[in-house]
Amino acid sequence: MLRKSTLIGLTAGLAMLAGAAMAEPLKIVYIGKNTGNPYFDSITGGFEDACKSLGCEFEFVAPATAEATSQIPFIEAQIQRGVNVIGIAPNSPDALNEVLASAREKGILVLTVNGDITGSEQYRDATILPVNFDIVGRDQVELVGSLIGYEGEIAILSATTEAPDQNKWIVGMNETLKSDPKYAKMKLVATVYGDDQPEKSTTEMEALLANFPNLKGVIAPTTVGIAAAAQVVQSRGLAETVKVTGLGLPSEMRDFIKDGTVTAFQLWSPYNEGWLAVHFAKGVLDGSIKNEVGGTFEVPNLGTITINPNNSINTQAELTTFDAKNIDEFNF
Amino acid sequence: MTGWRSLLLRRETGIAVMIVLFCLAVGAVKPQFLTLNSLRIILLLTPLILIGAMGQMLVIVARHVDLSIGSILGLTAMVAGMMFRYAPEVPWPLAFPLAIGLGAVLGLVNGALVTLFRLPAIIVTLGTLSLYRGMTFIISDAKQIDRQYVPSALKAMSQTSPVFGIPWIIFIAFGVALLTWWFAMHTRIGRQVFALGSNPVAAPLRGINVTRVTLTVFAISGALSGLAGIMYASRWGFVNPSNTGNGFEFQVIAAVVIGGVSINGGVGTVPGVVLGVLLLGCVSAALPLLGIPGTTQSAIYGAVILIALVIDRMVRMQGRTRGTQRAGA
Repeated sequence: MLRKSTLIGLTAGLAMLAGAAMAEPLKIVYIGKNTGNPYFDSITGGFEDACKSLGCEFEFVAPATAEATSQIPFIEAQIQRGVNVIGIAPNSPDALNEVLASAREKGILVLTVNGDITGSEQYRDATILPVNFDIVGRDQVELVGSLIGYEGEIAILSATTEAPDQNKWIVGMNETLKSDPKYAKMKLVATVYGDDQPEKSTTEMEALLANFPNLKGVIAPTTVGIAAAAQVVQSRGLAETVKVTGLGLPSEMRDFIKDGTVTAFQLWSPYNEGWLAVHFAKGVLDGSIKNEVGGTFEVPNLGTITINPNNSINTQAELTTFDAKNIDEFNF
Repeated sequence: MTGWRSLLLRRETGIAVMIVLFCLAVGAVKPQFLTLNSLRIILLLTPLILIGAMGQMLVIVARHVDLSIGSILGLTAMVAGMMFRYAPEVPWPLAFPLAIGLGAVLGLVNGALVTLFRLPAIIVTLGTLSLYRGMTFIISDAKQIDRQYVPSALKAMSQTSPVFGIPWIIFIAFGVALLTWWFAMHTRIGRQVFALGSNPVAAPLRGINVTRVTLTVFAISGALSGLAGIMYASRWGFVNPSNTGNGFEFQVIAAVVIGGVSINGGVGTVPGVVLGVLLLGCVSAALPLLGIPGTTQSAIYGAVILIALVIDRMVRMQGRTRGTQRAGA
């Protein structure tokens, strides 16, 4: 067993040496949360286009289910394949620590893209997030407030109870509601979880409507949840009384915007995350970008990008708000 | 007296009582559970499971099991979704025969493997569960069919109603149940399914073509899963390669078993299964209303299934003992 792993390590090492010597194209892999997730199609598009323009090899892989440990075998396989860069949307804040450490020992650049391993930052080189996640909760509260006239009962319909990004945003929403006097007349009456399943999100949304007859607004900061909530409001003809908003994909929400079920929702450009990740990785590996906090670099179409504390990099400063006016400009 | 007793001992009565007690208990805490709107929510939770359960009931009565129905649902829904997306000029109602036909073929593959190679159905359909799911990923390139491609008229079937505000898909589901009841009670091959299940050794001696009956139940299960695939696209407006139909088999088998279908074959009724589906629908709708957190819901859901089975078994065992005593006296 020991001999076998030494052999594999040796082969991988040789392969990498050979790769460097022959100046083969950079091999980049992006490991998604799970397959069949339309959100990742857009990120992958950014990776692909950037790899085409910079001349590197790209591959997307993902486990069938978004479980904490399901990504580990994929990372191991990519280490053996001898990739130069692993981008990953982590399914767990700490379950991947060991395998990511062994990837970095082999000289692989590890980037978390579209989600970070909060608390385990030493196991990756940098993180690429669409926006500073600290502002998401605040902006979502402002959006729902503007839709309901800053007054009345609101509820949150989230993904799973343990989803790290959503939980961070929910903390931000609660803090904003408490601290900003602008939202004093808005009352958060419930936070429920639809587990990113349409059935469960639907029954949770129906229960919100039954339990809180005075409900004015719902924030669903997850693509499955916002679509399910919108469908419930649409079929019950409640679009005027209950305002559904949150984070959604334009491709999934277009119909609801067009028929007036949803007035506005937010997101960012997942495409730009992939685009930026490739430019950053190439620059770091060829030495033109120094991966140091406070450093800056240029990315075509995105302008000057700053490396923030914790080696955190954002593709945009503010969330994009989608409504009837601009929804057709987006093709993801 | 015997009529009264046999009615009490009927599985359907037991489940109906459980449904009433459960709804009253939830209604005592949350009066809004006992409204027409709740009934609408519960009914809208049931059509897919009901359609799947009708096929599964026949398979289990014939002493087999079909674990691949969730994957058949996913694959047929994906094929229909891809037709909507890449061949929008094809009239959308053709998705019905397409999905149902494909489902029947996939079911026949299950049936053929079970009969030709004499393999246990649990193993065969465990294999095709993976195989059909994998094929869904391959043909779709792991990409979702979004809401914008699913025809509005199909989506409207889950929202608009011919009568009483009850959407079309609920009528379709209960129509399937009615047809299954007729098939099981009044057709020759339907009766043969029960005869085969209650005594597989004697069945060929009584002139039953075992291969034909087995192929038929798997084909029906597959075809109905295909219908459920179209219903999924209608109900949720999208088709996802990994989520669509995932875990469907668990819900369906739970409903079928709660509905009184014996896992040992030969026993089962359509009204019982319909009530089993309704009981599960009530539980799914009630848990969020009671404010029970999602992490606890699946445990409670599982516990309710087991409690329903245990209560039913106890009632029937007691009834049987008393019956014997009286016969002895």
